Amino acid sequence: MTPASVVIVGAGAGGAQAAASLRQGGFEGSISLVHGEPGLPYQRPPLSKAYLLGRLEARKLLLRQEHWYAKQRVDLVLDRAVAIDRAGHQVHLAGGPSLSYDHLILATGSRNRELPVPGAHLDGVIGMRTRADADELAGRIREGVEVVVAGAGFIGLEFAAVAAAHGAAVHVLELADRPMARAVSEPTAQFIRRAHEEWGVRFDFGQALTAIDGEGRVTGVETGDGRRLPADLVVYGIGVVPDTVLAEEAGLAIENGIRVDDRLLTSDPDISAIGDAASFPSAHTGGRVRLESVQNAVDQARHVAARLMGTSIGYDALPWFWSDQGDLKIQIAGLAEVTDSAVEVAVPEPRATCVLRYRGDRLVAVETVNRPGDHVLARRILAGTGGPSPEEASAPSFDLTRWHEAYGLAPTG
Amino acid sequence: MNVTFTLQDRTSRTVEAEPGWKLMEVAVDNAIPGIDGDCGGEAACATCHVYVASEWRDATGERTDLEQAMLASTFGVRENSRLSCQIETSEELDGLSVEVVGS
Ligand SMILES: Cc1cc2nc3c(=O)[nH]c(=O)nc-3n(C[C@H](O)[C@H](O)[C@H](O)COP(=O)(O)OP(=O)(O)OC[C@H]3O[C@@H](n4cnc5c(N)ncnc54)[C@H](O)[C@@H]3O)c2cc1C
Ligand code: FES
Repeated sequence: MTPASVVIVGAGAGGAQAAASLRQGGFEGSISLVHGEPGLPYQRPPLSKAYLLGRLEARKLLLRQEHWYAKQRVDLVLDRAVAIDRAGHQVHLAGGPSLSYDHLILATGSRNRELPVPGAHLDGVIGMRTRADADELAGRIREGVEVVVAGAGFIGLEFAAVAAAHGAAVHVLELADRPMARAVSEPTAQFIRRAHEEWGVRFDFGQALTAIDGEGRVTGVETGDGRRLPADLVVYGIGVVPDTVLAEEAGLAIENGIRVDDRLLTSDPDISAIGDAASFPSAHTGGRVRLESVQNAVDQARHVAARLMGTSIGYDALPWFWSDQGDLKIQIAGLAEVTDSAVEVAVPEPRATCVLRYRGDRLVAVETVNRPGDHVLARRILAGTGGPSPEEASAPSFDLTRWHEAYGLAPTG
Repeated sequence: MNVTFTLQDRTSRTVEAEPGWKLMEVAVDNAIPGIDGDCGGEAACATCHVYVASEWRDATGERTDLEQAMLASTFGVRENSRLSCQIETSEELDGLSVEVVGS
């Protein structure tokens, strides 16, 4: 039965899309969207890209313009949810009166994992998660500034690229032996590393940041092998933790995030959870996963909205992701695990690459740099049945477009 | 200025747009179904695909390189296909008419 009132906690990509999709699907009940950050809900990806470069005016960072909320009859509640009363179907807020719900959607996202080292509280040590973080960083990146980036994940590297473009001296410390070790294959990682090195970014792999020095302000960092690097600014991106506080206190099942089933329902059938905060059984890996991407948040939001309006299929959207670093447009279709093998395809352009990931003989993901056409095609192939075999992809003349034209319409690859 | 979107169910909606916004942003802000703009307008997702009415093809200009590469593999692409995040609205485009393709 379609609920009469929906409360959404968290107005990031997922929460805002849930409200939008409910209205687009014809939902006539009340929608309250609880937003716990200052200002109107905004997009995160540009924070470490165009916005940080100063190429995006502030109002274009917003997920929706101010008038949208009234027009769509979405009650934007600028407050923090502090507790869920499941028996009474209420969400308690820090400031205002409680909100009653028939259905509750938790889209609380994730928070930065804090740096577990002495000196992490010093001025000039900044994580990159919110608009406030980006505003603070933008004010501090200048030519000649010494920047240490802790963690060579996507966000750390996006920041490194922007800082290097501003003429800062950038040094990246990473525990693993290559950048983005969790997310991309070795060949893609090395391709991206080389590009950063051309921009003047220095890397130290297998290297922990063990302490941050300074009095009041940061002046340097210490590394696992006992070196001291000067630093005016330390930016960390060492992973995120799902924001499960509300769910946990309400007694909902937690398993690397708020645990949901294949329809994105929590252990309470009147509560759904989506986005960075939720772990779900993946139709693509067969295991339980928790993804941190816009695609995941918005596709899950659409799924929950459709379910509340009456459709009841399992969630199986194909994951995809993008990251912009300097002149590199990195796109990933599908979901690979660290153990999946990689086949690098020869491409004619020097600043491009295409890597196919296999679990056994099955194509599970395609990583591309500056090959947007391959990315779109890969999404279509991965969402369908069958892809090129590892042997086909290994042929020197292999090309994804030509393969698709020749075999893409066959029922199985 | 006004823009008309023909939706997948063949109905159309005319909305007001402020010059200087991307056509995708205008659509999202007016809750036009079938234009999602998931990547925020970076030509990275192809969830903002439209067909531009023939009389508006010159005024809306050429596809960008990135857009061209994305569209080349996009389902349902036609000669008048554009990614609406790569079209910036301006007074010259007052009356623009596009059809939503959807994904
Ligand atoms: C700098 C940066 C760059 C990124 N770049 C990319 C990219 O290029 N591509 C990509 O796909 N993804 C990117 N991501 C990841 C992407 O932004 C996230 O995966 C996405 O925002 C997740 O959406 P969400 O709705 O689950 O959570 P979030 O966007 O994290 O939103 C959750 C919101 O809930 C609020 N909240 C939490 N608890 C409460 C409460 N109790 N009461 C009220 N409000 C609450 C939080 O304050 C927050 O505003 C990037 C992330 C960052 C930080
Ligand atoms: S909004 Fe993503 S390609 Fe246009």
